[in-house]
Amino acid sequence: MFKILKYSFFDLIRSRWTYIYCGFYMLFTFSLLWLSSDLSKVVISLMNVVLLLCPLIATMFGVMYYYNSREFTELLLAQPVKRTSIFLGQYLGVAASLSASWVIGVGFPFLIYGVFGSAQAGNFLMLLLIGVVLSFVFSAIAFFIALKNENRIKGFGLAILAWLFFAVIYDGILLLSLSLLSEYPVEKFSLIASVLNPIDLSRILILLKLDISALMGFTGAVFRKFLGTGLGMVVSMAVLAVWVVLPVLSIRRVAMRKDF
Amino acid sequence: MISIQQLHKSFGTNKVLRGIDLEFDQPGITAVLGPNGSGKTTIIKSILGMVLPDSGTISVQGENISGKWRYRNQIAYLPQIARFPENLTVAELIRMVKDLNTSTAQDEAIISLFELRPFLDKRLGNLSGGTRQKVNLVLTFMYDCPIIFLDEPTAGLDPISMVRLKELIHQQRLLGKTILITTHVMSLVEELAEEVVFLLEGQIHFRGSLKELKEKSEETNVERAIAKLLEKQITEMSA
Repeated sequence: MFKILKYSFFDLIRSRWTYIYCGFYMLFTFSLLWLSSDLSKVVISLMNVVLLLCPLIATMFGVMYYYNSREFTELLLAQPVKRTSIFLGQYLGVAASLSASWVIGVGFPFLIYGVFGSAQAGNFLMLLLIGVVLSFVFSAIAFFIALKNENRIKGFGLAILAWLFFAVIYDGILLLSLSLLSEYPVEKFSLIASVLNPIDLSRILILLKLDISALMGFTGAVFRKFLGTGLGMVVSMAVLAVWVVLPVLSIRRVAMRKDF
Repeated sequence: MISIQQLHKSFGTNKVLRGIDLEFDQPGITAVLGPNGSGKTTIIKSILGMVLPDSGTISVQGENISGKWRYRNQIAYLPQIARFPENLTVAELIRMVKDLNTSTAQDEAIISLFELRPFLDKRLGNLSGGTRQKVNLVLTFMYDCPIIFLDEPTAGLDPISMVRLKELIHQQRLLGKTILITTHVMSLVEELAEEVVFLLEGQIHFRGSLKELKEKSEETNVERAIAKLLEKQITEMSA
């Protein structure tokens, strides 16, 4: 598996898109830091970007990489290599290269601005971690969708739809149902609903860490009320980990049963 | 060496294999023949574990292959359509495959046999169909495997390479290997094959030596013999 991971990783590292992605983050972070010297404000601004952009790019890269490496996959399948290690290796290669772009792109400017001497070091690390986790979650979902669909157009469409659902539609439905059900006690419902969406969960996690109640929104406030800051963070971390493991297990299951 | 029992496979509603029983226990060259869509490639891919059968068992070297993968280093496989990652050069691709399958590889000998040296630094996406097929042949023949599957080996090859390929197959036969060839080129069958398996609609319609095939159909050349087998089948079906 590590050989496949290595190939996928270096294949992607050589790709121009990886550099564009990394360069974008670097430029964006530098300009934010230049505009505001308050590191915590920059972390919050970046949070809003990472919650939308990391999942989107991970989804696109995951689907694209799977379809583009079909030929190589077929070649590998006839070699004495375990089937699951081919697909898990490719997935980990994509997720690792995306994470590397993110960590370097955002980490480098912060490092120059001396984040590790300041009080924001913990928050900054949390931001980095969230970006990495979201990349892993959404490239796994993308791989799963691509594996399930032979048709590229359909695979692409479904993957983008999955991103749109988690990033935009889900919140819309949640807000709508909360306002419709406003006469009932909806705390528990909203708690469960936000746990089921990795993007919401990441937002809550960062805000709990930053401890900004003003930005927390309804679900975040409920989260803190029910679980407290410490337990809330542990629970949301654990659920995020499940969000990585679940799609990876699904990739494994589909890969075991597919004909080539 | 290879034993297949009651192999069934359908893709959607299309039943490709309907109860195949095949046994290869001796070295030799077997030609797997049959019209398009008769299941030749599906059988080969099933033995390789790329296609997972609906029912039936396959064993290679006495071991059931279901869920296994190490047995694949016993098999050299030449895929029908040579599809490679477009961005790699020929040399990079060969190095990668050698890294994944660490058995001793004799790539140099095959590269010079097919005169591929000038193409080693070219990107695979820029190669012609015939040259790709030669790369495909290098990847297949560079390992010393007791079992060899060749799916349409002559596709796109020029006459010189064709002659060299035939010699190569013949050499491998003399080394005591089990070789399966699917092809529509009957001259190749006539020159190389010792045995013929004729598939029709997912079942084995005929299996025997070339001589038996000719006797059965009362024809002197393989092409006509096969055509006659097919015609007979069609008249039987319409009758």
